[in-house]
Amino acid sequence: MELALLGELNAARAARRPATVVTRLDDGAQRLVLDPAGDPLETEIAAARRAGRSRAAGEWFLAVYEPSPRLVVVGAVHIAQTLAPMATAVGLAVTVVDPRTAFAAPERFPGVALRAEWPDMALPALGLDPYTAVAAVTHDPKIDDPALVAALRAGCFYVGALGSRKTHAARRERLRAAGVADAALDRIRSPIGLAIGAAGPEEIAVATLAEIVMALRAPERTP
Amino acid sequence: MSAPDPLIVAEAWAREGRGVALATVVETWGSAPRPAGSALAIDQDGRFEGSVSGGCVEGAVVAEAAEVIASGRPRMLEFGVADEAAWRVGLSCGGRIRVFVEKVG
Repeated sequence: MELALLGELNAARAARRPATVVTRLDDGAQRLVLDPAGDPLETEIAAARRAGRSRAAGEWFLAVYEPSPRLVVVGAVHIAQTLAPMATAVGLAVTVVDPRTAFAAPERFPGVALRAEWPDMALPALGLDPYTAVAAVTHDPKIDDPALVAALRAGCFYVGALGSRKTHAARRERLRAAGVADAALDRIRSPIGLAIGAAGPEEIAVATLAEIVMALRAPERTP
Repeated sequence: MSAPDPLIVAEAWAREGRGVALATVVETWGSAPRPAGSALAIDQDGRFEGSVSGGCVEGAVVAEAAEVIASGRPRMLEFGVADEAAWRVGLSCGGRIRVFVEKVG
């Protein structure tokens, strides 16, 4: 591997940009693919990236380097107390954001990164990106709405919001009035979580995590 | 804390002017301990960072890497229980892996 290529690869990874190194295994010929569009192996690279797995493709080896997925939970509520450790267990780097210090208390979230700040403060510092999921679960529009707007603007791979259909219809109206386009509003998953008949905060956390994994690995199946 | 990243270590070593090789798992069969894409950085003195098997075959890969650093030519290595070498440096889990070793720089 050329040192320049390795340097470019490491720079892309540090910047949380996806990259693929394509290597012909019989002679070591190699290229770095930052944008697969138009690449002769575009389809194969897309499939490997989707799966998050490096793999052989004929005489080539595709080493995929996807930014590690993250989850920002807005709302240090009961759902978050189950969702944060479960999401950590499946490999998401989790941060919980809630300006209400009584909720965002370290003893309620042992070992979890916590930010007792408003989303307008916390989210720019976290640097939302397409490899970040945002779940807004406070039920308080003053906290949830700005987080949802920021998540949609950043192209987060998952944007979910707690609330009934009626609550969500009201939320759509507020966000539309604030200038969010319908196509963006359609990306908000609400009621949050896959429809598994979740009863109680712990099971809503399970449904939400399953929905996040689907958005990451099989976005085409998202309704 | 997570372990040092072998690709970052490989770049740093190469920028210091050391001879460096990178070993990458490119194919696995059965219950291989580390998935394709797992990498090991090796320098000319046999120092290494990362893993391709969780410890079973790293010693053999490091030895081969010295040749790759010297010659500049990449090499494909294969390890597994079916391999004669398995009894010395094989994978106790019963899987097989192919490891591509290339020079950096």
